[in-house]
Amino acid sequence: MTRKVVIGLTMVIVGMMLFAVALMMRPFGEPVSVMDDYIIENTQQVTGANNAVSAVVFDWRGYDTLGEATVLFTAVTAVVMLLRKRKDEAPE
Amino acid sequence: MMSKVVRTITRLMTPAILVFGLYVIMHGHVTSGGGFQGGAVFASAAALLLVAFGSDRIKDHMRIPDLTVISASGALVFIGAGFAGIATTFFYNLFVGSAIFGHVPEFGPAHEDIWTGGVIPIMNIGVALNVVAGLTAVMVVMAITSSKTGDGE
Repeated sequence: MTRKVVIGLTMVIVGMMLFAVALMMRPFGEPVSVMDDYIIENTQQVTGANNAVSAVVFDWRGYDTLGEATVLFTAVTAVVMLLRKRKDEAPE
Repeated sequence: MMSKVVRTITRLMTPAILVFGLYVIMHGHVTSGGGFQGGAVFASAAALLLVAFGSDRIKDHMRIPDLTVISASGALVFIGAGFAGIATTFFYNLFVGSAIFGHVPEFGPAHEDIWTGGVIPIMNIGVALNVVAGLTAVMVVMAITSSKTGDGE
C-alpha cells in the first residue's frame, strides 16, 4: 500500500515537472545558444567544408574526436592484447 | 564455413559494401558520414566474410599484426593532421585555401565541389583506417579465440 502511494506520488511529481518544462520550452527555431548560428554561417568560409557536421566533428571540436579515436584505439589494443596467442601455447 | 547460398551472396555483396564504405569515407566532408561511419560500414564487410567463410580461412588474409599496424598508422595520420596546424592552434585547419583540398565554397548549399575541406578529408581517412583495421582486428581475434576454445565453428 505504502509502495503504491510512493510510486503514485513520484509519477505525479515527475509528470508535473515534465509539464512545467514543456510549458517553459522556447519556441521552435529559437535555440538558446548562438553558437549554432555562428557555425552554420561560418563553416563554409572558415573550414572550407560543405558538411557542417563533419566540420564540427573534425575541425571545431577536433579535440573531442581525438579522444574518441583514442578510446577506440585503446579498446582495440586491449582486446588484441588479451586474446593474443601466447608464446608457451602449443600451435594448433 | 556456412552454406553455399550464404557464401555466394557474400561474394556478391562484399564489393558493393566496400564501395559504399569507401564512398562514405571519401565524401565525409561533403555529404553525411565520415571516417567513423564509413569505417564501420567497411568493417561490416569483414564481419560478413568472417561469418560466411569462418576464421580458419580468413585469418591468413587478415593478419593481426598487419591490422594493428594499419590501425596505429591511421591514428598517427589523424593526430599528425591535428598537429599540422600547431603554429596557430591545435587542430587549426591548415590547408584551407592551399593546393590540398583547398577550395572554399560559397555560402549556401554547394555539393558539386569535393576538393574542399582542408585538413578534414585527411583526418577522415586517418580515422577510417583506425576504425576499419581496429574493428576488423577485434573481430578476427575474437573469432580465432572462439574457434580455438570450441564454441565457434
